[in-house]
Amino acid sequence: MMNWNRLCAMARKEMIQIRRDARSIGIVIAMPIVMMFAFGYGVSFDTKHIPVYVYDQEKSQQSQDFVKRFQASVYFNVVRTVTSYPELVRAIDKGDCQIGLVVPPDFSKKLRSGQKVSVQAIFDGTDSNSASLGMSYTEAVAQAHSQQLQLEWLQGRGQGQPRLPLSVDARTWFNENLESMVTIVPGVVAMVMAVVGTFLTSLTVAREWERGTMEQLISTPVTPLEIMLGKLAPYVMIGLADTSLCAVMGVWWFGVPFRGHIWVFLLSTLLFLVVVLSLGYFFSVVAKTQLAASQISLIATFLPAFLLSGFVYPIDQMPTVVRGITHVVPARYYMAILRNVFLKGSSVVTMWQDFVGLAIFAALLGLAATRVFRKKLA
Amino acid sequence: MSGSENAIELNGLTKSFPGVRAVDGLTFSVRRGEIFGLVGPDGAGKTTTMRMLAGVLAPDEGSAVVAGFDLNRDAEGAKHHISYMPQRFGLYEELTVDENIRFYADLFGVPRREREERSAQLLQAAGMAEFRSRLAGKLSGGMKQKLGLVCALIHTPEVLLLDEPTNGVDPVSRRDFWRILYTLLDQGVTILTTTAYLDEAERCHRVALLHEGRMLFCDTPANLKASLPGAVLSIVCADPRPVRDLLAGMDGISTVMIVGDGLHLVVRDPQRMIPELRSRIAAAGLSCDAIEQVAPSIEDLFVEAVQGDKADHGGER
Repeated sequence: MMNWNRLCAMARKEMIQIRRDARSIGIVIAMPIVMMFAFGYGVSFDTKHIPVYVYDQEKSQQSQDFVKRFQASVYFNVVRTVTSYPELVRAIDKGDCQIGLVVPPDFSKKLRSGQKVSVQAIFDGTDSNSASLGMSYTEAVAQAHSQQLQLEWLQGRGQGQPRLPLSVDARTWFNENLESMVTIVPGVVAMVMAVVGTFLTSLTVAREWERGTMEQLISTPVTPLEIMLGKLAPYVMIGLADTSLCAVMGVWWFGVPFRGHIWVFLLSTLLFLVVVLSLGYFFSVVAKTQLAASQISLIATFLPAFLLSGFVYPIDQMPTVVRGITHVVPARYYMAILRNVFLKGSSVVTMWQDFVGLAIFAALLGLAATRVFRKKLA
Repeated sequence: MSGSENAIELNGLTKSFPGVRAVDGLTFSVRRGEIFGLVGPDGAGKTTTMRMLAGVLAPDEGSAVVAGFDLNRDAEGAKHHISYMPQRFGLYEELTVDENIRFYADLFGVPRREREERSAQLLQAAGMAEFRSRLAGKLSGGMKQKLGLVCALIHTPEVLLLDEPTNGVDPVSRRDFWRILYTLLDQGVTILTTTAYLDEAERCHRVALLHEGRMLFCDTPANLKASLPGAVLSIVCADPRPVRDLLAGMDGISTVMIVGDGLHLVVRDPQRMIPELRSRIAAAGLSCDAIEQVAPSIEDLFVEAVQGDKADHGGER
């Protein structure tokens, strides 16, 4: 059924073809690097340096102190001070700023007299996520400032050192500074491999049909299993190298910690490669042209891996039906494993459910790939 | 392998594609050690037949036995004993000559020592010894075809299937190619080849003429020629078209066709016809040089046969 020499011959031939084909080299080396940068930098959920325009109607020492608080925060960037209301409205309309801060003309007077002061903040709600984050950051800044004012006021009345009754001592584990980069990058590695892995093998069989080499190949005693394994073997090596490259970029370039064991990483990667390479091979056999096969594989891997794997939207916050669908997205398991391996240093035992999920898909798709190829024309 | 003296047997082999019956009930056999030619115009069903015999295309009806294996039951078993060279170049352009040879040797389980000996010998015979490390994609058309043959012969096939192997090949390479084929016959290999070149068909032991998926004749080239009803006259003339139009349909002439230097006619009574033709052509204000009887070629036979076939089956279509 399976002849080792024929399998090796297929693998060797495939390797030579990859090495001599400039386009393959591009996909193997350039695609993961470009995607790492594109997603690593492009997909950021941190809202920092929100552009703010200030319309300070008073321009007193007190109002300036308040504005300075915004300037001091990393979340805001006070771009400009305007002198009229319409100017502020125009800036928001044009998108020059996302927050317009209006300090009333009686700011310091009201403060002195102990009255409550309202500061107006206008948010650009077109991006509701940024707007709501901006809103809570603004409230936090206002609260901190009023707290300080209160302390000063109490001190001024000789009440001695006042103390705050309650405080939360927050410590975030695994991602100490709550940087979204840290959670994103392990996900990006999974994302990149889902797309690159499937893409790589989607070309192999279709290329033989297109170039006319398949007709002669299937006239030899080589078996479908030898063709499949021989074609996938080089890509398993390449896939492991690519994933490691992405992981190294994640640690050294993006500064993401790697706390787990390398072999947990490699084992999950191997399983995931079986999934994606088999899938690409399957598409390649079915589509018969490189263009169709590569397009199917991009659509079939990119969207689910992006939307349904937990990469962008947390799975436990999805509607029940959608959450159910995520179980048939293999990238979901790999994504979870990679995040845990990188950030928590989890072991296979604690992640057994994800490993089982991945193994089931590896078995199913691997088997499907062995069955799909027929040694016949048309 | 059973004691059958036939290396290839077709029995009512049929294959249809949407709208066409590409191969229609083909029955013939090729003896061991024979070189057998399939001849016919484009669309005659030659390539479809070869693909079925190579085990890469399943027939709709009928059966074929190649090298003792019934292809309907064990096509994969037959593949160990067949070498097939498809019409379209089927080797890897990104691999060198040597790498392609090694790949096919490995697929057929040829040991290393044997591979090295055979490839040196075959490349020598093909006049390609100095191109071993050249990429296959960088070879000329003739070289590519010869490399295809070398790869097909790197193991010792019982049956060699060649689909228009010398199509678009320069004369020198064609000569190399045929020399290799003849040495194979000495080794007892059975060769089935399709060809568009009728002079090549005449080099085969036997030929089958295919037209629209059916076989018109199957015999030795000599017997086929002898079976021609009438004789062939050659008219040498500079501008054959008007002469053809003039003579087509004339009494006593069954076929008129344009050849390299003029026309070929198939006629019933050549001696009486020659003077009549001369006067006809002169009367029409046309000119010609020599008119003489020539030995019929396969091509003459073929055109004649196709016309007869059209007359027989014209009503069906």
